[in-house]
Amino acid sequence: MVVTQPGELQEEHEHEHVHLPQHRHHFETEEQQREAASFGMWLFLLTEIMFFGGLFMAYLLYRNWYNPAFVAASHTLSIKLGALNTAILITSGFCMAMAVWAAETRKRKALVNFLGLTNFFGIAFLVVKYFEYAEKWHDSHIPGLKFSIADFGKLGVDMAQKTQVYYSLYFAMTGMHALHMIIGIVLIFWYMVRANRGEFTEGYVAPIENFGLYWHFVDIVWIFLFPLLYLIDLGAK
Amino acid sequence: MSTIVSLPDQSTAALPKRNYLNAEHGLLSWLLTGDHKRIAMLYLISITGFFFLGGAFAGLVRLELLTPAGDLLAADTYNKMFTMHGIVMIFLFLVPSVPATLGNFLIPIMIGARDLAFPKINLLSWYLYLIGGTFTLTALVLGGVDTGWTFTTPLSTHYLNTHVITTGLAIFVAGFSSIFTGLNFIVTIHRMRAPGMTWFRMPLFVWSNYAASILMVLGTPVLAIAIVLVVLERTIGLGVFDPAKGGDPLLFQHLFWFYSHPAVYIMILPGMGVISEVMANFSRKRVFGYTAVAFSSVAIAVFGFFVWAHHMFIMGVSNYSALVFSLLTMLVAVPSAIKIFNWSATLYKGSITFETPMLYAFGFIGLFTIGGLTGVFLGSLGMDIHLTETYFIVAHFHFVMVGGMLMAFLAGIHFWWPKMTGRMYPESLSKLAAVTTFIGFILTFFPQFILGYLGMPRRYHAYPADYQVLNVLSTAGATVLGVGYLLPILYLAWSLKYGEIAGPNPWQATGLEWQLQSPPLTENFTEIPYVDYEAYDFEWLAHKQKQEVTTVG
Repeated sequence: MVVTQPGELQEEHEHEHVHLPQHRHHFETEEQQREAASFGMWLFLLTEIMFFGGLFMAYLLYRNWYNPAFVAASHTLSIKLGALNTAILITSGFCMAMAVWAAETRKRKALVNFLGLTNFFGIAFLVVKYFEYAEKWHDSHIPGLKFSIADFGKLGVDMAQKTQVYYSLYFAMTGMHALHMIIGIVLIFWYMVRANRGEFTEGYVAPIENFGLYWHFVDIVWIFLFPLLYLIDLGAK
Repeated sequence: MSTIVSLPDQSTAALPKRNYLNAEHGLLSWLLTGDHKRIAMLYLISITGFFFLGGAFAGLVRLELLTPAGDLLAADTYNKMFTMHGIVMIFLFLVPSVPATLGNFLIPIMIGARDLAFPKINLLSWYLYLIGGTFTLTALVLGGVDTGWTFTTPLSTHYLNTHVITTGLAIFVAGFSSIFTGLNFIVTIHRMRAPGMTWFRMPLFVWSNYAASILMVLGTPVLAIAIVLVVLERTIGLGVFDPAKGGDPLLFQHLFWFYSHPAVYIMILPGMGVISEVMANFSRKRVFGYTAVAFSSVAIAVFGFFVWAHHMFIMGVSNYSALVFSLLTMLVAVPSAIKIFNWSATLYKGSITFETPMLYAFGFIGLFTIGGLTGVFLGSLGMDIHLTETYFIVAHFHFVMVGGMLMAFLAGIHFWWPKMTGRMYPESLSKLAAVTTFIGFILTFFPQFILGYLGMPRRYHAYPADYQVLNVLSTAGATVLGVGYLLPILYLAWSLKYGEIAGPNPWQATGLEWQLQSPPLTENFTEIPYVDYEAYDFEWLAHKQKQEVTTVG
């Protein structure tokens, strides 16, 4: 039977602390709202895993088929720049974690600064990526737009052609990753403006926490991309 | 014939003064709304528009096939027609049909919540849907696309100069609309259930939408990346699917069907939820084997992810994997059969009445069973080689999708129409429409099974004269079917102003939504209910109504 129990509900309200302005009224409690948002974010990350999963599936397949082409093409990438970018991204992730901490401990200035640092390193990553891409253009390693198998003569023509599928995956995977970074960077600018207004340091930290999850997810994708794309069969180099 | 309909006294009854429809006024109050019920109505209007657009393409296809010669449409125009028919019907009608309209409207109310967890994302879903729809229309106006709805590579990447990119983007964007709907549902069902609304007290409609949401969330991103790779291949020449560059066109099909097979369950599962509700209500009985039906939805969702390669038996996949996928395909028949048998058992010794939703539900059960069983034919490797790419397969999926899903959609629309609008539809006219739809459907698609078995291939605009009789039958049936679909839109529109006042619970149904006024308040519940009864507990309802009478008296 549908019974409303006004006594019980009222009691709950009395226990509740002060209402946040961000509390939406279709949620019974702020706790429920926070849990729903975080659960939603995790689900969204699950869809992202499936999205990148298609690319990782393709990588698995083609690397099995054309390992020599993958090894040879992989060795044209600059491990130094890749490693530098990995370090930059981990630093950026650390700043993001600090930003979440600043929001939780209600430090407005620190939050804005850490978000700024996160963004700085995010942009630095993209700058390095730009130079890597430019090098690929210069070396004619971009399938479809500017490609030549001149660098892979040792493989034989057939296998050398297969390096194109490696570069296709390289650009698709790092490109999708970079796209996620760009979206993240735009969002951070918006969060910085809002954080500066003090929106996230009065107890309403869910957006920062959830954005942090997204940012760390993008980091983790890179943590998988770096070894798979840059560090194949180093002994053969 | 007996009926369970009980309406308030029409001379005194009126719509509730305050409800979600009149809470705010003006176009903007609709376009910027966060109310799940209003968004459901927006979806209902838009998917109806696309349904009739897709139907028009189907009409042209059937007209062309009236005669053996390719005389009405040129071959490439014909290709564009069936492609646009497939794309519009699948991505812009079937996928959002029940979840985005009925699911959006009902799930929060059924579990005792005030709204979905993320109202703004819900609205965003609708806008993404519209953007996807606009891209599709753009592609159409610019000259259409003729890849078939499957975008098979290398046809889509190398051999066509039609608007693959625009359409691809349309599907990409519409896909995100579906992802966000699924995400919203899952979070809402997990986190927003009213006190006492345990998982096994939820109506089966919620269970089946939950299962479909899992598929939306896990499957759609894979389609998204496959489409992105096709677009990148067409635009800048990346070679993930291009054999000249080391790619494999079959990989595209694997990725595509990894979504698109589960997608048929995204389409059918919510429809099955509608049937559970309707069956229980018009038999006045709890759904037989509630738990089995609930879990069978989840089982369909899980199995659905492991059968995709049965679309590829003749595409050169290895015999061993074909064997495994064939076996797994047969397994899907088990949870589907559990549902059919349990619905039948629900009817047993029930007090059955034959209102319009029930007629549509009966249509569903008959047609879906035929569609499902012919699916077993197609899942068998030897039969598939003979039947695939013929009209047999066209008939099979139309039995499931149109005979099954569309019947379920119409059953649901009629069943919840009084709740959504506060007014009843005209009963006798709608019964006529239900019967017309059923007859038209059988006449349209049954001949196609025979045509396919005789060897008529799909996707050709001309055919040998021997096949003409059956094709004429099919086209005639399509005309009847068209009338069957036009009728509801006319009388439902009529009923908005002239329909009888429905009152809160015209069907004497048990769901939480029926304990509210029709149409409901914007916030659904003035106070969140406490639920201490099982789903479909008609004794509870009888008891409650008796008490109400005594209280008033």
